[in-house]
Amino acid sequence: MRREPPQRFPDYGPLMFPAAMLVVFFVIPFATMIAVSFFERQQGGFYEPAFVFDNYGRFLSLFFGKVLAFSLFLAMAVAAACVTIGVPFTYLLSRSSRGTQIRWLVVLLSILSLSEVMIGFAWSTLLSRTAGITNLFAMLGLMDAQALTPSFGAVMTAMTYQALPYTVLVLYPALVRLDPTLTEAARTLGASPVRAFFTVIVPALRNTILATLIMVFIFALGSYLLPQLLGRPQHWTLSVLITDQAIYQSNMPFAAAMAVFLVLVSLSLVGLAVYAGRQKEAA
Amino acid sequence: MSGLILSNVTKQFGTFKAVKDVSLSVPDGTFVCLLGPSGCGKTTLMRMIAGLDLPTTGSVALGGEDITQIPTHKRNLGMVFQSLALFPHLTVGENIAYALRIRGIDKAEQKKRVDELLAMIHLPGFADRSVGKLSGGQRQRVAIARALAISPKLFLLDEPLSALDAKLREAMQVELRQLQQRLGITTIVVTHDQREAMTMADTVVVMNGGEIRQAAAPVDIYRRPADSFVADFIGSTNLIPFQADDRGQASIFGSTIEGFSLVGAKAGTISVRPEDVQIVTEDASSVTGTVAFIRDLGGTVETFIEAGGQQIIAVASPRARPDVTIGQTVGLRFDPETSVVLAR
Amino acid sequence: MILLRRLFFFAVGLFLALPLIVVAGVSINEKQTLAFPPQGFSLAWYGEIFLNDDWRNALFASLTLAALSAALALLVALPLAWFLWRRIAPWANIFQLLGIAPFTLPPVITALGLLTFWATSGFYGQPWTAVISHAIFFVTLPLVTLSLGFSAIDRSLVEAAATMGADDQTIFRTVVLPLILPYMVSGYAFAFVLSLNEYIVAYMTVGFTMETLPIKIFNALRYGYTPTMASVTVLFLVIAALVFGLIARFGDLPKLLGAMGEDR
Repeated sequence: MRREPPQRFPDYGPLMFPAAMLVVFFVIPFATMIAVSFFERQQGGFYEPAFVFDNYGRFLSLFFGKVLAFSLFLAMAVAAACVTIGVPFTYLLSRSSRGTQIRWLVVLLSILSLSEVMIGFAWSTLLSRTAGITNLFAMLGLMDAQALTPSFGAVMTAMTYQALPYTVLVLYPALVRLDPTLTEAARTLGASPVRAFFTVIVPALRNTILATLIMVFIFALGSYLLPQLLGRPQHWTLSVLITDQAIYQSNMPFAAAMAVFLVLVSLSLVGLAVYAGRQKEAA
Repeated sequence: MSGLILSNVTKQFGTFKAVKDVSLSVPDGTFVCLLGPSGCGKTTLMRMIAGLDLPTTGSVALGGEDITQIPTHKRNLGMVFQSLALFPHLTVGENIAYALRIRGIDKAEQKKRVDELLAMIHLPGFADRSVGKLSGGQRQRVAIARALAISPKLFLLDEPLSALDAKLREAMQVELRQLQQRLGITTIVVTHDQREAMTMADTVVVMNGGEIRQAAAPVDIYRRPADSFVADFIGSTNLIPFQADDRGQASIFGSTIEGFSLVGAKAGTISVRPEDVQIVTEDASSVTGTVAFIRDLGGTVETFIEAGGQQIIAVASPRARPDVTIGQTVGLRFDPETSVVLAR
Repeated sequence: MILLRRLFFFAVGLFLALPLIVVAGVSINEKQTLAFPPQGFSLAWYGEIFLNDDWRNALFASLTLAALSAALALLVALPLAWFLWRRIAPWANIFQLLGIAPFTLPPVITALGLLTFWATSGFYGQPWTAVISHAIFFVTLPLVTLSLGFSAIDRSLVEAAATMGADDQTIFRTVVLPLILPYMVSGYAFAFVLSLNEYIVAYMTVGFTMETLPIKIFNALRYGYTPTMASVTVLFLVIAALVFGLIARFGDLPKLLGAMGEDR
């Protein structure tokens, strides 16, 4: 088999179906959404073609500014928590036996795939008054049973729960490939295992860690149900607001404008993550 | 007692015994090579000396102190890894200074020591370079300097030169030996390259199957191999079976060869180096064979002779080229002085 | 050090397990309460999933959607991954990028894009639109596993087949396909499990006409909790663990994940 550029028309055959699917059902919807973000809203949930910036203008209100700031802050806090737990965990996991690794990977994948609805339900149960963890403390006589939701802590904890498996799976390949003799070398040079982790592993992986931080940030930015199920309205994120505008307020143009904005934020961060990833090879 | 002493060290991975009951004494200031084929346990033995693996049984002592249970980072040793394991996020200077930084030595002192070491490895002014931009030989030297930064009592190198090309490797072998002699540091090198071991070591430790087969000076290893594995692994040799006859003389392929001291052995193997095989005209005191192939390599001439169902190789210089042709029947003479009897 | 590791693993394990333990406990309550520790023991709430029409319909809707959309995702990913491997066509990498984008961006964006698209084209609410929507949303998974599978094929195998007289199609059928079959299976399985659990894309495209299980749970949450939600959660967790356990048993899970992270 010579691997060469496609020459004749039939060579392009296999590409037809995937290309058509992706263009029709991803590129066109995406473009539609961008177009709608400039449309004018009509009464009763309709909208008509136009080219106005009103929808973007609405961001500039204090309310949306606050929601945006909170979304970014929440995603950042979740990303920081996940990376803080995830880096040492994944490092230790990558140094474990193959059997241990596989068992953990199955567990992590199962939780990662678990529906956000179910995670929200599970945590609201765990933090509830009737079935919650406080009953355990109450049994021990430490405190009375009480509900821990809705609260910021509940949103933050559940989102960390949801994003942690993702964090570990993003970090896993880089940590598995990390030369194990680096730590050994540090130890022969006099560094204790913990010291070796902080002076060699973490700095050697700084770009990977940065890229992971950004990936988890974007992942957390997409969280939609947990803030609704476990938080108060002031804990709602941009994702919640977009859905709210699209479905309940029937204001598609405004929802689309917010989504476009979210894309821009995400894409610039992905770009940054890719850039950080490239730096890794240069170092 | 000073120096490094291994006593009855065994390492077991599951049911596999990587190192079996190894005892070895390395006096201060000597250069030892652990030599053997891959999987012989030499790297595992070195990792136990470094504390990177714990022995299943046995003990390791350094300078009279039992260090078996001391963690690696408290052993004050220097080690060069096969992968070199240079820290990719640090510069050359920071790599070399790492052990000093860990020990809290002040910056000025660190810098002075780094400059000294860079001068020693002939890379002055390289402190601020990135390790990614060095050549193979330069990386090698940096790894050596890093391991020597704290002037360790013990210097360990695991296949340190295997990534280098042949020419550079030979040069580095000489350099490493000279460096060790100048510093007088106890040094242990793991290698599978017998030339490397012969070039550098005071003592070569030949290992196979997790055991030490022989530990001796290079020339003794070559001249007086302890068993057929060592004889065959170090250089090339002809391993020729013999039986003792009634008078206690060696009988090889039906011919009696006088002069071998068999020390009462009934049968065994005689190791004869190819350069010690003499091709003569057939007579009663020689072994009869047929010339099968002649290989002229320019610098040496190798003659392959079929005798007693096995192939025997004789090597000579072109000036002493034997006057034989393929298919000719010849006599082979083995000199008891230069041959080694390996009793079974 | 070993102790430290055990402790850390235990803490993370506990954090991950705690909500699930409570949910499992709640699911075996005898009465319709969310008590924990459970009061009484009953598997009735597991039976409820299959006996109650609403829950059963939602389960079948979810399973059908997952099975079909994962198959469609595979059909899109396979020729694309094969083409990228077979030909030198750097410009075609744009489609690879398009395949990975939906999964990398916040899901609400893909969801909203598809919502506007189906609304504009007049098909909004049709059940089949959910299949296409999920296929596009999850095409990343088979695409990444298949790209990995193709890159693992030694090209000289293909060349050897060619010297023995096999043409392109025969090579694909007799050499390439058997070699990437495990990657097809795992790509399908990943897409299947994630589709089963997906909420927002399904909700935005067919949420008002069809109830998948996640949608059903969310809707039910508004009217109060029932232990059936817990039993469904446990059921889905078991399905996921079973699927990934099988992949681990018959495939090389660390390798599969080792390369997946690269493309993200």
